Amino acid sequence: MIVADRKSLDEILKMLKPYKKVLLLGCNECVTVSATGGEREVGVLASELKLSRAKDGQEIEIREQTLERQCDHEYIDQIRPFVGDYEVVLSMACGAGIQYLAETYKDKTVLPAVNTTFLGVTLEQGVWSERCQGCGECVLHMTGGICPIARCAKSLLNGPCGGSSNGKCEVDKDLECGWQLIIDRLKALNQMEKYEEIIPIKDWRTSRDGGPRKRIREDLKL
Amino acid sequence: MKTKSNIERVLESGQLVVTSECGPPRGADAEVIRKKGKLLQGAVDAVNVTDNQTSVVRMSSFSACLILKEMGFDPILQMVCRDRNRIAIQSDILGAAAMGINNILCLTGDHQKFGDHPRAKNVFDMDSIQLIQTVKTMRDDGKFLEGEEIKGRPVLFIGAAENPFADPFEIRAARLGKKAKAGVEFLQTQCIYNIPRFEKWMEMVRDRGIHEKVAILAGVTPFKSVGMARYMKNSVPGMDVPDEMIDRLKGVLKEKQSEEGIKICVETIQRLKQLPGVRGIHIMAIEWEEKVREIAEMAGLLPRPQIV
Repeated sequence: MIVADRKSLDEILKMLKPYKKVLLLGCNECVTVSATGGEREVGVLASELKLSRAKDGQEIEIREQTLERQCDHEYIDQIRPFVGDYEVVLSMACGAGIQYLAETYKDKTVLPAVNTTFLGVTLEQGVWSERCQGCGECVLHMTGGICPIARCAKSLLNGPCGGSSNGKCEVDKDLECGWQLIIDRLKALNQMEKYEEIIPIKDWRTSRDGGPRKRIREDLKL
Repeated sequence: MKTKSNIERVLESGQLVVTSECGPPRGADAEVIRKKGKLLQGAVDAVNVTDNQTSVVRMSSFSACLILKEMGFDPILQMVCRDRNRIAIQSDILGAAAMGINNILCLTGDHQKFGDHPRAKNVFDMDSIQLIQTVKTMRDDGKFLEGEEIKGRPVLFIGAAENPFADPFEIRAARLGKKAKAGVEFLQTQCIYNIPRFEKWMEMVRDRGIHEKVAILAGVTPFKSVGMARYMKNSVPGMDVPDEMIDRLKGVLKEKQSEEGIKICVETIQRLKQLPGVRGIHIMAIEWEEKVREIAEMAGLLPRPQIV
């Protein structure tokens, strides 16, 4: 899923300073699972905003709404009948959802209530961890199913570097060394011969470096 | 000889190579390099020039290499993958070779988190093993990474570093094997304090026959004090300082500790020199360049063959 962190109340209040009528939009997908921007978090943020503004004597009107997704027209269109009643849209979706709202409602200011962080998994209740950087050219078959791009602080394809110590990364002693994980896994799978191969220099065109990416499936187009 | 490198020349003569390093200043004063250079003159065969080590911004390795070259040294250009993509790396390789630099040391580079600009974006377009391949392709095949022909090949002697004390220990020789396969010609190790562990690593290296393809220069760093030894043990990632060394430094008077540190260093070199597969010594006297000559002298490494 896409994981995000909510921005601080202070930062959101600062962005909302000029506005009195706000449409606060949650998203029922990833940010709900990562407990950042779902229906519950929309409710919490709306209450916090109303309380703070009331304390400062600057009342605010907030409509709370949570869409199934903010990355599909089908759902974004649902706010069309009433979006005009609000000065601003505050979105709790990931960066993709926020932008899609902005490009759909061209005359509307859309503000982010979250910082989108990474593609990851739920390790346990309340703990998420990054797993993929969407580089566009998967190497997991060579590295025991553990990604060196996302999980090594230097994205080394032929690691580990000299900073791996007791299984931890030089960057942070609480961070696992991605290459230690890869080697442990290759050993467990009896595939250490894969470690002997030099992984060649990566073609980054499939990643962000090639410019914003677009995927077209002609067979699915209407 | 493939190159004009003095390291390659001394290796071919069958003698032990002696290298040291010079860290560029955090400013544009060339005199700092010249002063450090003077301390090393006649004591070493080549000098590493670090590339923004520990991710702290300093005078570029290339510029400091040129200053040392003017003084008659054979500098080793250190290059890390943290700050340059493949376009800049290949360009810098051409530039260095054009100015008569004969040696390059291919490194991954410390993470920027440790340095003075922790908010920087890092590059890591390639890793150290791919950097070795890059230099080798440019030199031996006369080709850029995308296969286009280079007019005027960069003739550099190719080096790398390896930390025998980093984890996981069991792959450290295998990793060096990958560097050998990529085309590395000389290798400088991280500072050696735990000799038994280094011996074990060398054994693994010899078992794979890597010592026949790559000249291994054993790295040493003298302790100035017990405080420095403790710092290296506890705060420098991938450093292995045995307790008995700390005890030995603790056992002498404070004003005698640096002398004891030099003694330990010289004894270490004497043991390393005897190890099969060790082809040279890399003396890293961190901000203590004035001691390199003394250490080399006491360890029986002087005089050095003349640089031609």
